[in-house]
Amino acid sequence: MKIDKNTINKIARLSRIKLDGKESEDYIKDLNSILDWVEQLNEVNTENVEPLSNISSSILPKREDVSNDTNSSEEILENAPDKLEGFFAVPKVVE
Amino acid sequence: MPKSSLKQTLKDLETKKISIRELNQDYLKRIKENENLNVFIHFSEENVLKQIDNLENNNSEKKLKGIPIAIKDLFCTKNMPTTAASKILENFHPTYESFVTQKLLDEGSIFVGKTNLDEFAMGSATNTSFFGNTINPLSKENEPLAPGGSSGGSAAAVAADLCLGATGTDTGGSIRQPASFCGVVGIKPTYGLCSRWGIAAFASSLDQAGIFSHNVEDASILLKSIAGFDQRDSTSAKVDIPNYFENLDDDLNGKTVGIPKEYSIDGTPMEISQIWEDAIKVLEKKGVKIKNISLPHTKYALPTYYIIAPAEASSNLARYDGVKYGFRSEEIDSLDEMYENTRAQGFGREVKRRILIGTYVLSAGYYDAYYLKAQKVRKLIADDFNKAFKECDFIVTPTAPSAAFPLNEKQNDPIKMYLNDVFTVPASLAGLPGISIPFGKDKNNLPLGIQILGKHFDEQQVFNAAVSLERSYE
Amino acid sequence: MNNLIKGEKYDWEMVIGLEIHAQVKSNSKLFSSSSTKFGSSPNSQVSLVDAAMPGMLPVINKYCVEQAVKTGVGLNAKINNYSVFDRKNYFYADLPQGYQISQYKYPIVGEGKVTIDFKDGTSKDIRIVRLHLEQDAGKSLHDQNPSKTYVDLNRSGVALMEIVSEPDIRTPDEAGMYISKIRSILMYLDTCDGNMQEGSLRADVNISVRKPGDEYGTRCEIKNLNSIKFIKQAINYEAKRQIEILESGGSIEQNTMLFNTSTGKTRPMRNKEEAHDYRYFPDPDLLPLEISKEEIGKIKSSIPELPDELKNKFIETYKLSNYDASVLTAEKQTSDYFNETINSDPELKNHAKIVVNWITSELFSLLNKNNQDLNNSPVSPENLGQLIKLISTNEISGKIAKDVLEDMFSSGKTARQIVDEKGLQQVTDQGEIAKVIDEVIAENPKMVEQYLAGKDKLLGFFVGQAMKLTKGKANPKMLNDILKQKLNKKN
Repeated sequence: MKIDKNTINKIARLSRIKLDGKESEDYIKDLNSILDWVEQLNEVNTENVEPLSNISSSILPKREDVSNDTNSSEEILENAPDKLEGFFAVPKVVE
Repeated sequence: MPKSSLKQTLKDLETKKISIRELNQDYLKRIKENENLNVFIHFSEENVLKQIDNLENNNSEKKLKGIPIAIKDLFCTKNMPTTAASKILENFHPTYESFVTQKLLDEGSIFVGKTNLDEFAMGSATNTSFFGNTINPLSKENEPLAPGGSSGGSAAAVAADLCLGATGTDTGGSIRQPASFCGVVGIKPTYGLCSRWGIAAFASSLDQAGIFSHNVEDASILLKSIAGFDQRDSTSAKVDIPNYFENLDDDLNGKTVGIPKEYSIDGTPMEISQIWEDAIKVLEKKGVKIKNISLPHTKYALPTYYIIAPAEASSNLARYDGVKYGFRSEEIDSLDEMYENTRAQGFGREVKRRILIGTYVLSAGYYDAYYLKAQKVRKLIADDFNKAFKECDFIVTPTAPSAAFPLNEKQNDPIKMYLNDVFTVPASLAGLPGISIPFGKDKNNLPLGIQILGKHFDEQQVFNAAVSLERSYE
Repeated sequence: MNNLIKGEKYDWEMVIGLEIHAQVKSNSKLFSSSSTKFGSSPNSQVSLVDAAMPGMLPVINKYCVEQAVKTGVGLNAKINNYSVFDRKNYFYADLPQGYQISQYKYPIVGEGKVTIDFKDGTSKDIRIVRLHLEQDAGKSLHDQNPSKTYVDLNRSGVALMEIVSEPDIRTPDEAGMYISKIRSILMYLDTCDGNMQEGSLRADVNISVRKPGDEYGTRCEIKNLNSIKFIKQAINYEAKRQIEILESGGSIEQNTMLFNTSTGKTRPMRNKEEAHDYRYFPDPDLLPLEISKEEIGKIKSSIPELPDELKNKFIETYKLSNYDASVLTAEKQTSDYFNETINSDPELKNHAKIVVNWITSELFSLLNKNNQDLNNSPVSPENLGQLIKLISTNEISGKIAKDVLEDMFSSGKTARQIVDEKGLQQVTDQGEIAKVIDEVIAENPKMVEQYLAGKDKLLGFFVGQAMKLTKGKANPKMLNDILKQKLNKKN
């Protein structure tokens, strides 16, 4: 079994998703069966094969260094669940 | 009543046989009659009427003036909320219009509503939506069928004739499979043909916008409208977009079709093998050379896809954190708690499953074994196609391994659900254009689809083969 | 050189490496076209891309790429034709995407080195591991509200160059010299404004201690230091902390530390994150960044003279000492000022040493006193040149020139204006000087007697008296000569 309780907790924590006990168990089951299934890729010989990240064969387009975005702070904050004095607001962080 | 095509409607509008208002009121009526299908996440009659008013006061000539179009609710739109079928985008009102929808607006089309989908386009049955299932319009009473997914709402909207065309997105089959299930035409163009700007991302290296329509001609008109280079998307292709519709040519004499042997999969229903054979026969009659080809890594496409897509998704969906927009949990004693509760409550089960698996395959110690390995196999799959296309002009396969299945089937076994995409995923990984057209029925009289794949940016060939098959079938 | 520090029991050596974050001087951000201007109202320079709105995509700024290449050349480093942008995934309030676009496996610039010069004439190379481009995060403000943290995304997406050194640094002073040198190079190249106060240049310090000859110890990282003074303080404090732990038999826990600028102490971040797992992978929204040899060549040819080249040129052309030349070239504005001054009059080339002194001692001390910067000095290079010319042609004495410079500084007038208005020209008329000397001799017969009896020191008295009478304007050499002549005649 690749995914145990510790692993699922670790990746849930990395993903910032709180899981309750029942959910963790379900995901342990799901993820293990998916990982077992994808295991078949090991049959493929990929020696000297270049990984493919993007199918596009063009070259990275670059923009000129012009600042022309004109979004107002009102527009940027419009959908924020909590905003105060022109800022996004979140629970207090102690560094 | 036979459904009116986009092509015919444009003529009727031009000759004033019908007005924009009459046309759209007809569609509005049907939309209201079909509310039970749960096709739309957002529908506002008032909004549609406002658009009609605006167009009536606008004298400029536009190619799609007054045409009712449905928009998958993954495209950000200024005048309608955008949810990606997720609670986490509750009350999100974009202040911007996606590239694709802006093009449709520029052409004068009318947006009838935002269609339902699997949450963040993750699913094959439109049953992971926060807003409930969409029901396939072809369902018989007492036996609701899935419309396929993830763009099930858009496919159903066209099938139920609630619009003359709809936008979709296709990451591993999310246009082609629902098109097949709902008996409509669905095209996913080449990766990079339509800008992804303003489409909530699922898997960036695979996501591609496309079109649903009643027939191939309509699809060729609509695709031209949404395609084109966009400097705001670094993966957008700088290619000329031909006039697919005017160039349509159903004469395939002298062309070569590739038939990949790996697409004959054990357990495929007889009827599906049958329509595939039928399609090949039709093509043969039309003077098309039949070439048996091999795409040896086909079998590995699904596991490859189910590593790459969740990996990218786990990162793409990190922005939904309750800070800038959308849903925020009430239980927020600390920043971390806010994140964990917001995302736990805001995402549905399938999305969380994919985020978790994606996080795992990218995590330290597993990256090489899963993610990097999958990228390498992806290269082999793309190479298979490149090689095959040296010997043929297009490839024909079935679209999906089954007809539409009952709504609640396959929900508990993720892998079973993933297998729906077995015929569509390989082309997605290779970035190739693919269309699904209705071609035959199963024993329950449910439509089945044939998929035609083409070379990169050779949408014209895909349309030509599709229109040829379509005309022979009618 | 002994770089060891003494603990209670042993001698220890510090091992220090720096990660410098230098903000690229550009109009717009690395992947969006919003402005990079500092100090604007909160969230007013944020594009949809910077705020990570759904469906927003990055498009790279060409100029920022060129600036990174330029900087790489300035660091004597290898420029990579092929580099890749990766996503570094983590959650934080001021990281709107949930990931930072950075470069991990394939940075744009590879290995390089910079040289630091010590006062005793020796120098040392600090090796650079890499330079890569990345996005800056936004800003979290923790003290604006008792229960909330505020987030301002103005900075979010600004282009940074992260310059990573090998752990070649052994003392706080070396760390200071290293960052000064990097800053100087960046400013000569004009790829970063070097403003540490505004955070355009800041550093994370990795530090461990070891007994000489031992393997590297466990290191701690001190985050986000924005002045050379703080860097030195933080290193000193942290090294002592580590030594105390080790000498009392403890071991160092690898930690991320914060430096408190008011107490001068470091402490581990309270919000201790569990072992980081950034899950780097190539950003699928971007393609690999390819730069052709031709493009690199073009950028190389556009690069101005760098401090080390300029230093050697000054030594050769003007016969300056290594020290003078390095002081002049430490900051671009100084070497620019020197160049403009010395080129303002062909005559001045023969008095380079005097020019250096007038800039680096007299002008600098005036600027310091008035809290001003050379960039907006009230005395222009041309005017300073004119003043020095007046000295070198004996029109005014050096002593008077100091007063003139102060006057120039406060009034903005030229040296010539002031000298003319106040009649400060040196008296070089032999007769006039002789007349004054005769007066002094006549008025002080006793002193003359003592002088002639062998009290040579009294010569200064006569000079002083004579200068007083000429209001300091007599040419000192002539005054001396004539005075000696006249006194000796009395003998």
